[in-house]
Amino acid sequence: MRSESPFLLKIAAIGCVAFLHVPLLLIFLYAFTTEEKSFQFPPPGYTMKWFSIVWDRQDIWDAIGLSVKVAGIATLLALILGTCAAAAVSRARFFGRDHISLLFILPIALPGIVTGIALRSAFGIMDIPFSTWTIVLGHTTFCMVVVYNNVLARFRRTSGSMIEASMDLGADGFQTFRHVVLPQIASALLAGGMLAFALSFDEVIVTTFTAGQQATLPIWMLSELIRPRQRPITNVVAIFVIAVTFVPILAAYYLTREGEHTGGTGK
Amino acid sequence: MSFARSVSNSLFKHPNWFLALLLAPPLLWLGIAFLGSLFVFLFHSFFSIDEFSGFIKYEFTLSTFAELFRLSNFDVIIRSLVMATAVTLASVIIAFPFAYFAARYARGKWKALFYILVMLPLWSSYLVKVYAWKLILAKEGIISWLAGELHLTWALDALLAIPVIGGPSLSISFLGTFIVFVYVWLPFMILPTQAALERVPVNLIDASSDLGATPAQTFRNVIFPLALPGIIAGSIFTFSLTLGDYIIPQIIGNSSYFLGQTVYTLQGTAGNIPLAAAFTVVPIVIMGIYLAIAKKMGAFDAL
Repeated sequence: MRSESPFLLKIAAIGCVAFLHVPLLLIFLYAFTTEEKSFQFPPPGYTMKWFSIVWDRQDIWDAIGLSVKVAGIATLLALILGTCAAAAVSRARFFGRDHISLLFILPIALPGIVTGIALRSAFGIMDIPFSTWTIVLGHTTFCMVVVYNNVLARFRRTSGSMIEASMDLGADGFQTFRHVVLPQIASALLAGGMLAFALSFDEVIVTTFTAGQQATLPIWMLSELIRPRQRPITNVVAIFVIAVTFVPILAAYYLTREGEHTGGTGK
Repeated sequence: MSFARSVSNSLFKHPNWFLALLLAPPLLWLGIAFLGSLFVFLFHSFFSIDEFSGFIKYEFTLSTFAELFRLSNFDVIIRSLVMATAVTLASVIIAFPFAYFAARYARGKWKALFYILVMLPLWSSYLVKVYAWKLILAKEGIISWLAGELHLTWALDALLAIPVIGGPSLSISFLGTFIVFVYVWLPFMILPTQAALERVPVNLIDASSDLGATPAQTFRNVIFPLALPGIIAGSIFTFSLTLGDYIIPQIIGNSSYFLGQTVYTLQGTAGNIPLAAAFTVVPIVIMGIYLAIAKKMGAFDAL
């Protein structure tokens, strides 16, 4: 019973893997179809021309540029804020600590629409015009949580005595941070940062409320999903997005696999 | 450098200052940008909209909340709840065998592979996943083609002919919405379930079968109760995410509204911020109750 699995269980498990992955693989097939007007399966013919058409599309490059810019700034801010929060919560016991740690995960525990709509109404009340920074504001709020979770997990597994030893040996706080703390949490920061980047690059729900007329790549895709006009181009953009998000996910996995999961953190 | 040193030394001597310094930036960010705007928005649910001018009347009233119970609005709440429940149950049924297999029979390299196989779809683009299903469920898509090849078109037609859940094609029916929800949130169910199953001691299962329990009895009396906190932890995600989503039903499904879309339309084109705020309170209250029950059942230890 211990070593071999029941046949039916194996089939069910394989079925689940297929259910999770076949849909994504299908997009790769569709990116080469010659059919423009519908989602006909099997594709009537195959062509490479959509890739070069997408390459020449300035609106898509602009959307990618905005997405990268927003994700970059949001990740940087999230790294600073998330690390501060994780350091405080992991090191000290203080009044209201549990409430504060609940507050830090609230942006992902509540549905994204709640965050988005709250920000939109706040911008409206304060007459803040939509800009790159309004998008960054929304993204940082949930990216912070991903960094916080990763760095907190790392702090919990490292010992505080190293820091005390460093200070005892005459290092000041900045030297201790630079030579003791930073090397300990570096890979957690990198993993958290990459996941935060992937999350921001892909985010659409909060962005619809904070972007105004600007189009990030997910916003561009959403408008194509609601009113399909350029199906073959959407296919190519979709596999580009898959490629861009898979790299950081795999890298983050290898950086943190000795320790706890980074999963289950939600979006 | 000496200034830096004196600053860092005094911080080390006064850990409370240091703590305050660490906590201030993230707390200010979340407190002002997130909680601040959330409360201001939710507070609007106590106001109402003037029916003639369309402007918000800033007078305390509960009439906006009462509007939630109007038939057309209450329908939306019930529909969202039923969908979230159905999606959660289906996720449990699909996730459990996989999680059990990965937790008990996968070893070493295989275990890592299974983990990646769940993580990749979990983290890959939400919109791309929805888009993939638009391709699959379309009338001319792969499911119709497969049904044709297997001479099962009649079965697909029969399925779509079922009232309420059916429709002209899978991509414009509740059935389609349901499938996509299950697909998108399934990894959130697999991970905590698997984590809970991994903590089930193997000797408990061996002991159960040594004492004469059939595999079904062992499952019902030993494995399932021990996995339950993990399943409930996963259900928090599947339930909450389904409840708040407004993109999937907009792209795949007939045009009936769910909570998320209702809120989106009310605050956007309809411009009824008070009612939008009242509708936003609904999932927050439901999730509050859900989390309280989940906490009682030990789900937070399984997260």
